[in-house]
Amino acid sequence: MPASSEWIIKDQTVVSNSWRILEAEVGVDELADMEQQAIIVPLDFWLAERSTLQARKGQTGVWLDSNEKPGSLIVDSAFDINDIPLIAVNFPVFSDGRGYSTARALRQNLGYKGDLMAVGDVLRDQVFFLKRCGFNILMPRADQDAEIMLTAFADFKTGYQASIDQPEPLFRRR
Amino acid sequence: MYRYDQYDHQMLADRVAQFRDQTQRYLAGQLSDAEFLPLRLQNGLYIQRLAPMLRIAIPYGMLSSRQMRKLAYIADHYDKGYGHLTTRQNIQFNWPHLEEVPDILEHLAEVEMHAIQTSGNCIRNTTTDQFAGVSADEITDARPYCEIIRQWSTFHPEFAYLPRKFKIAVCGTRHDQAATQVHDIGLYMVRNAAGELGFRVLVGGGLGRTPVIGSEIRSFLPEQHLLSYLDAILRVYNQEGRRDNKYKARIKILVRETGVEQFRDKVEAEWLTVKDGPMTLTQDEVVRCRGFFHDPDYKDLPASSELLKRALGGDVMFAAWHDQNVSAHKRPGYAIVTICAKKTGYAPGDLDAAQMQFIADLADQYSFGEMRITHTQNVVLADVEQDKLYDLWQALKTHDLQADNLGLLSDMICCPGGDFCALANAKSIPIAESIQRRFSHAELREIGKLSLNISGCMNACGHHHVGNIGILGVDKKGEEFYQVSLGGSASNETALGKIVGPAFSQDEIPDVIEKIVSVYKQQRSGGEEFVETFNRIGLDPFKAALYGDKSNSRAPRQA
Repeated sequence: MPASSEWIIKDQTVVSNSWRILEAEVGVDELADMEQQAIIVPLDFWLAERSTLQARKGQTGVWLDSNEKPGSLIVDSAFDINDIPLIAVNFPVFSDGRGYSTARALRQNLGYKGDLMAVGDVLRDQVFFLKRCGFNILMPRADQDAEIMLTAFADFKTGYQASIDQPEPLFRRR
Repeated sequence: MYRYDQYDHQMLADRVAQFRDQTQRYLAGQLSDAEFLPLRLQNGLYIQRLAPMLRIAIPYGMLSSRQMRKLAYIADHYDKGYGHLTTRQNIQFNWPHLEEVPDILEHLAEVEMHAIQTSGNCIRNTTTDQFAGVSADEITDARPYCEIIRQWSTFHPEFAYLPRKFKIAVCGTRHDQAATQVHDIGLYMVRNAAGELGFRVLVGGGLGRTPVIGSEIRSFLPEQHLLSYLDAILRVYNQEGRRDNKYKARIKILVRETGVEQFRDKVEAEWLTVKDGPMTLTQDEVVRCRGFFHDPDYKDLPASSELLKRALGGDVMFAAWHDQNVSAHKRPGYAIVTICAKKTGYAPGDLDAAQMQFIADLADQYSFGEMRITHTQNVVLADVEQDKLYDLWQALKTHDLQADNLGLLSDMICCPGGDFCALANAKSIPIAESIQRRFSHAELREIGKLSLNISGCMNACGHHHVGNIGILGVDKKGEEFYQVSLGGSASNETALGKIVGPAFSQDEIPDVIEKIVSVYKQQRSGGEEFVETFNRIGLDPFKAALYGDKSNSRAPRQA
């Protein structure tokens, strides 16, 4: 399970983190203790406890593990994915690239406009691609340096492909 | 060939700066080995048996004389003076220092070259037929589409951390020389009934541990949908390809486990979400990319050259080379020349710096300043006037480049093997040489067209599965042995070789090859090539010749 950190990078700025990531085994009492807190719950829990979670005062996001498909969030045809304030995608190890497709599918196929957060083994050298795939929030691994992380947004001036941050591929812009 | 504009140049400059920073952070201990690993691999840098190995991309094999001179410079200044041509039409250097690699990349960027994605679990260099654009019978020149794929695949943000490496080939010629069917995605250029251009799409081919011939998932993909369709295939693979076992992580395993039809359905469903969106190729872009590959300034020449006729009549050595290494060109009076980098005594596919310089000069003098690297590890001068072939051949002799064995048994595909590679189980270069030394030139010509491919381990960099004769180095209790397979082919009728029996020791290999060839010579009828005879008579006569009555039960003799 990804750990919560003190700071996150949101829209390329370092801000303090108010989100708490919860594991699968969160009890009802524990949940009640966090009534005001912004929490991010695992997919299974989110699916199983939707009515409880909807009644909370604090914000509730959901996190997908790298093997979980974004389509699982669409519980019925009336459901609006944009009612979820934040979706996090876990990178159990930075070289597990499934999360990039998850992000792009959320943004592109499911039209998700809310906050999309990369959590887990999130490192400086993947920042640029994470941003291009639609993550607007990064919760870096605990040992990462905020200033060094921020430099990664300038790794490249542009990219060849259509991406979430630049829907027109270079061949339509050059 | 393709020329960079300010965007391409900027992209490379950014890449060099990025890798310089990453290397510095690694050397300063700020990046762990595990964190640096994919970063260096995606810049072609392996840590090998003796030193790092740097693989430089040659997109779809196209190389200008200026670029070749830069490679010679790198060989001289950062290596021990030579380079090795690879089966992805790239070149690799075996002796650079890690700290110097950012400098090498900067040199390369000056001539619009790089080492991007030549290794790692990402989309690798797209390859094509070395005769693209000059072949007399092609459907269309595949290179503009290779360039479009190159740009799409370069730093694709979604596909930099795939389950495993990913290789794409595009073939626009009728006679496939690109081994298209053993690629993760193989694209054949085709025209539909209305004459419109498109692609026949194969997926799930590959060599390695589990060789598979690709399966067709679309018989006609209109050209404008090329990128959205590739994107859809890659997304299905990125999400569903196995990540629990690196030997089962290639797309071929996913396609097999999913089933071709179901895999295709998933791709088509994914494709519908992006089809007709911004990834759709514009006619402007296709025209722009085609413009880079227009015909050079050909002269109007008579179809046959009197000078050439006289030279062929007067010099048997030249005639032998011409017979073997010169191919028909689409333009009257021109010819395609393949410089075979397989001279006995040289590691197959190796060129030294002086040869690189010299080939660059020859390209300027005889072939509009361009050349192509082939996946069989040779160099092509694609646009030579027939009148000048004799001069060119004489020039080649001054640098030991006149080997006239193209397509013959001694023109082997061979990986660097245990002499260099950390993965290899066995050496491959000395095996190649021992075979080359066994056959005289006259014998080789008499045997005729025969591909012999050698890999030092089951990763199959030497494409042994698709050699008419394949040799695979295996480790048996710490000793090097060689498993032989027969009947493979990388042509339009791609076939995987069948293992002939228990492996042989290094010393036995030349005899083994000789016996195999003898069976062929005894059994061939008419003008049959080796693989045709094999397909007719099967494995048994070869087994009998190699193992006698002990066939299949014999333990390998100790070397």
